[in-house]
Amino acid sequence: MSKVKNAFAKKKAFIPFITAGDPDAASTVRFVLAAARAGADLIEIGIPFSDPTAEGPVIQEADTRALSAGMTVRGAFEVAEAVRAENPEIPLAFMTYLNPVFKYRGDTDGSIPYEPFLSECSRLGIDALIIPDLPFEEQEEILPYTEKYGVDLVSMVSPTSDERIRRIAESAKGFIYVVSSMGVTGVRSSFQYEAISRMISLIRETNPEIPCAVGFGISTPEQAEKMAAVSDGAIVGSAIIRLIHSHGEDAEQAVFEYVSGMKAAVMRAEGSRE
Amino acid sequence: MNKKGRFGIYGGQYITETLMNTLGELETAYEEAMKDPVFSGELARLLAEYANRPSLLYYAEKMTKDLGGAKVYLKREDLNHTGAHKINNVLGQALLAKRMGKTRLIAETGAGQHGVATATAAALLGLDCDVYMGRLDTERQALNVYRMELLGARVHPVDSGTGTLKDAVNEAMREWSSRCSDTHYCLGSVMGPHPFPTIVRDFQAVISKEAREQILRLEGKLPRAVLACVGGGSNAIGMFYHFIPDSEVMLIGCEAAGYGVDTDRTAATMATGSLGIFHGMKSIFCQNEEGQIAPVYSISAGLDYPGIGPEHAWLGSTGRASYVPVTDEEAVSAFEYLARTEGIICAIESAHALAHALKIVPKMDREDSVIICLSGRGDKDVAAIARYRGREIHE
Repeated sequence: MSKVKNAFAKKKAFIPFITAGDPDAASTVRFVLAAARAGADLIEIGIPFSDPTAEGPVIQEADTRALSAGMTVRGAFEVAEAVRAENPEIPLAFMTYLNPVFKYRGDTDGSIPYEPFLSECSRLGIDALIIPDLPFEEQEEILPYTEKYGVDLVSMVSPTSDERIRRIAESAKGFIYVVSSMGVTGVRSSFQYEAISRMISLIRETNPEIPCAVGFGISTPEQAEKMAAVSDGAIVGSAIIRLIHSHGEDAEQAVFEYVSGMKAAVMRAEGSRE
Repeated sequence: MNKKGRFGIYGGQYITETLMNTLGELETAYEEAMKDPVFSGELARLLAEYANRPSLLYYAEKMTKDLGGAKVYLKREDLNHTGAHKINNVLGQALLAKRMGKTRLIAETGAGQHGVATATAAALLGLDCDVYMGRLDTERQALNVYRMELLGARVHPVDSGTGTLKDAVNEAMREWSSRCSDTHYCLGSVMGPHPFPTIVRDFQAVISKEAREQILRLEGKLPRAVLACVGGGSNAIGMFYHFIPDSEVMLIGCEAAGYGVDTDRTAATMATGSLGIFHGMKSIFCQNEEGQIAPVYSISAGLDYPGIGPEHAWLGSTGRASYVPVTDEEAVSAFEYLARTEGIICAIESAHALAHALKIVPKMDREDSVIICLSGRGDKDVAAIARYRGREIHE
């Protein structure tokens, strides 16, 4: 069983997102390790991009801060490496946009795109890759490398996906990232849980094995519990980034407490998979 | 072009899942509309009666004599309603949006020309309109902001990133992914995810369709070269399209080099960029080695975009078209030259194409001709050019 599937085995998962390099690389390492200690089941490390078109203002600004502070793709790999040195078990995913993945050359001449990035992911034990600007139809060019290096390329499903859900679910790897609502990332006050539940039913009809985690807009334990009740887990980004931004380098304890609370909330949700 | 809107390796649909069905619906609606004589008839009527098409192909006799080479023709897109080629695309997309039952248009704008054109079409066709514009651009082009508001549009200054055109595109995409059921994103150039590069190209192709007929009527033969400025590349693809099969006609795209291609104050994508994937398309972009999109600069707010449409990347890679950089200084000098020589104040964008023509026309045969696309008029640029020349004039 892959580490990603492990994250969802027999329990509801809580998945925090942390932008690499905000406020600096060493802090990110501490925050990720704190989230793992607090019970996070999988952690998304965001590699900042200059133009994150799927993000709301909170993550946009975190990306800008991280890039201004000198974070790079190579730097994000170093963050992952430092996390892995302390914690070999926690499932890790990178979330970023396609261009940094496409352009990363590592020590190669850059003539073969994607392979340097994926081989580095494999070396560091990155289990999954989430790329919001890479829809199902364009995955073909990167799939040979995600498969070769054993990294799950996570597909997204959104409220507008309709008949696309079946096609996406059929070949999904790792887990499906269910986008809770229209628009970009960022805290929302309410959700249409029934619509989310319908998306997940459709996915499960097609592919009963694939876990479904819901993200975009979740911030409170109540929301996380409700999301986990209709799915296999909840993903939280902007709320954590906001917490980190307000505490700066000293956010470790705040991250630990927040993640502990959110993990307890998803555990309260009924209807575990097995 | 093969499936999924590819031009060779360029193009594609690199966009969030939330917009994929919307793009599919747009593609289907577009294909149906293009087969429907009612749609094409209505568009033709608006182009003729509202936008002032066909645009003139003007023989610039004084300029020709002065340069002493090939005969110079100017394709006068500056004489269109709203003062630029942008209206060609916007009328097409606004009609399409209405046909799809959409009630609201959103658009990005750099200098404000596309925003004004979109606000105009929205007013005419009774659609709601929101325009996204970089904060810096709203300050540089305050008059165009007011113009859009006069036309009933809401203008949203964009603070993220560099506060310029690419950030306005980002924000329009974000808005579209929040609200697509009643909203059409009226993209202003031959960029973005499929089907936009094809739709915008087709609506702009009227430029070369007319120009090819006009030059054959006037000269009895094809021109030696056609020139157009390139940011995203909509007037250029429009100017090139019907000449692409005519292999004897050189197609020359003129990019904004800003302070020069050897400086970091440039927007010359083909000269300084590399292959990448951004704003929904695989194409050439100004970026750093890690794929972060680079800030770009040009005196022309309409050309300072860090990418180029995928069909241009393809025409460049096959050698069918060539792309040359033109600096701010060259463009401003050409802007002044045309004003003095022909009594035409053209857009600073168009002046980039004109500047390259000034270099090559004198070396060309007098029996030959060239066509330069004057993509827009220059009223909007007058104050900025004055400041560039050291006269502190503000709008």
